[in-house]
Amino acid sequence: MLLIHCPHCREDREEEEFSYGGEAHIVRPLEPEALSDQEWGDYLFFRKNPRGIHHEMWYHQTGCRRYFYATRNTVSYEILETYMVAEKPQISAAEAGQ
Amino acid sequence: MKKYSGFSLFKNALSYHENWQKLWRSPKPKSDYDVIVVGGGGHGLATAYYLASVHGITNIAVIEKGYLGGGNTARNTTIIRSNYLWDEAAQLYELSLKLWEGLSQELNYNVMFSQRGVLNLGHNLQDMRDIERRVNANRLNGIDGEVVTPERIKQIAPLINISRDCRYPILGASWQPRGGTARHDAVAWGYARGADALGVDLIQETEVTGIRRKNGAVVGVETTQGFIGARKVACVTAGNSGVVAAMAGLRLPVESRPLQALVSEPVKPCLDTVVMSNAVHGYISQSDKGDLVIGAGVDGYNGYGQRGSFHVIEHTLQAICELFPAFSRVRMNRQWGGVVDTCPDACPIISKTSVDGLYFNCGWGTGGFKATPGSGYVFADTVANDHPHPLAAAFTVDRFNSGALIDEHGAAGVAH
Repeated sequence: MLLIHCPHCREDREEEEFSYGGEAHIVRPLEPEALSDQEWGDYLFFRKNPRGIHHEMWYHQTGCRRYFYATRNTVSYEILETYMVAEKPQISAAEAGQ
Repeated sequence: MKKYSGFSLFKNALSYHENWQKLWRSPKPKSDYDVIVVGGGGHGLATAYYLASVHGITNIAVIEKGYLGGGNTARNTTIIRSNYLWDEAAQLYELSLKLWEGLSQELNYNVMFSQRGVLNLGHNLQDMRDIERRVNANRLNGIDGEVVTPERIKQIAPLINISRDCRYPILGASWQPRGGTARHDAVAWGYARGADALGVDLIQETEVTGIRRKNGAVVGVETTQGFIGARKVACVTAGNSGVVAAMAGLRLPVESRPLQALVSEPVKPCLDTVVMSNAVHGYISQSDKGDLVIGAGVDGYNGYGQRGSFHVIEHTLQAICELFPAFSRVRMNRQWGGVVDTCPDACPIISKTSVDGLYFNCGWGTGGFKATPGSGYVFADTVANDHPHPLAAAFTVDRFNSGALIDEHGAAGVAH
């Protein structure tokens, strides 16, 4: 069971209150119709899936019902930070020594 | 390789079973191979076996970072079935089921394949419509299956609760009598022994750390035992496929998720079939030892930790107690997790890549065990001929850019 800090509620809450949104910081193409099949497929389906530091989206489903981002280690499951959607992560894979 | 038989059992009994030969050699890696298979799980070993036995390529190494069959092959719930909805998937899993039916004889190794039948339960009208559609599709593909009533389900699995008064009453099921289970370790060991006898080098405790390329083609792999050359490299690394792909500068549309399973204490025989339910989220069978083998869906987040969250186990057992109230007093014995590589369309990737001589077989998600023989068979063919096997042609990685997905979430979804 993960204990996740919701930056909106400013509380550590149990994993069951949250649902997972996958990779963070994916920018929706401004002109989808201008993309090639390759680019559109990459946008829809290809994710980073790193073994180590991962920036990902979480949704506080049974709490404040707002999205936020988290930096988590996908091997140890340690959550290194959570931050607002508009913000940049403080910790990157390079800084964490990976 | 000495053949196993009643006679060999008798002969070895005379020497107190102390002189059985080892199942496989543990050779030092050669400097160069025709094919290197990365990953010594069931699928990788099957690939090596069929490359050697069907295609006559015997200068092969299987490189495994841990021990053979120690990943998801050792961690699944051993369910085998082929009742998938879409033609492409159904034919691939049916090829596999047909290979299962002759596997113990072919390998001269008892994989304990038991065709005890698989029930997929429906709990609401939409479930039943989907089940009827899927069974009809299966029969058109020559796959056995029928839609059964709650009364018939009760005959097949007498302990099940078919009361109409529960929260999710059972309205019916699909029934595939040819489905069943097999002994998961024996599958890996049988393929390993067969491959070794044909000259394949099985190299354990050696991790691939890089894939060396030259002019857009593979020339070998970097390992913890140094560089090993190869004309072709076939990667079958399940949950770590994305990591291995990154070594060659490739991306895959897979996400690695924890998948858990658990077994109870051994109890007397009480369930001689496999019962699965997508709606209440659980599946159960009983092993030959007597343990109830229980599994459910993946955990919600990406993870490589080979462990999952406790509340997922709780939900799984709620579902099992809903279906089988009599099991509510059974104590659970062990719980574990594996890392599965899930694809957006719940179907595998069996594919050449943009790097010449580099092949991937991955994305089996939560349901790869049942496909072990078929997966190895079509992947070996794809690697040997540098061209997709007809049954693998629809499963290339290109489908995520062309849009020709094979959406098996209905038949695969949760329950495997």
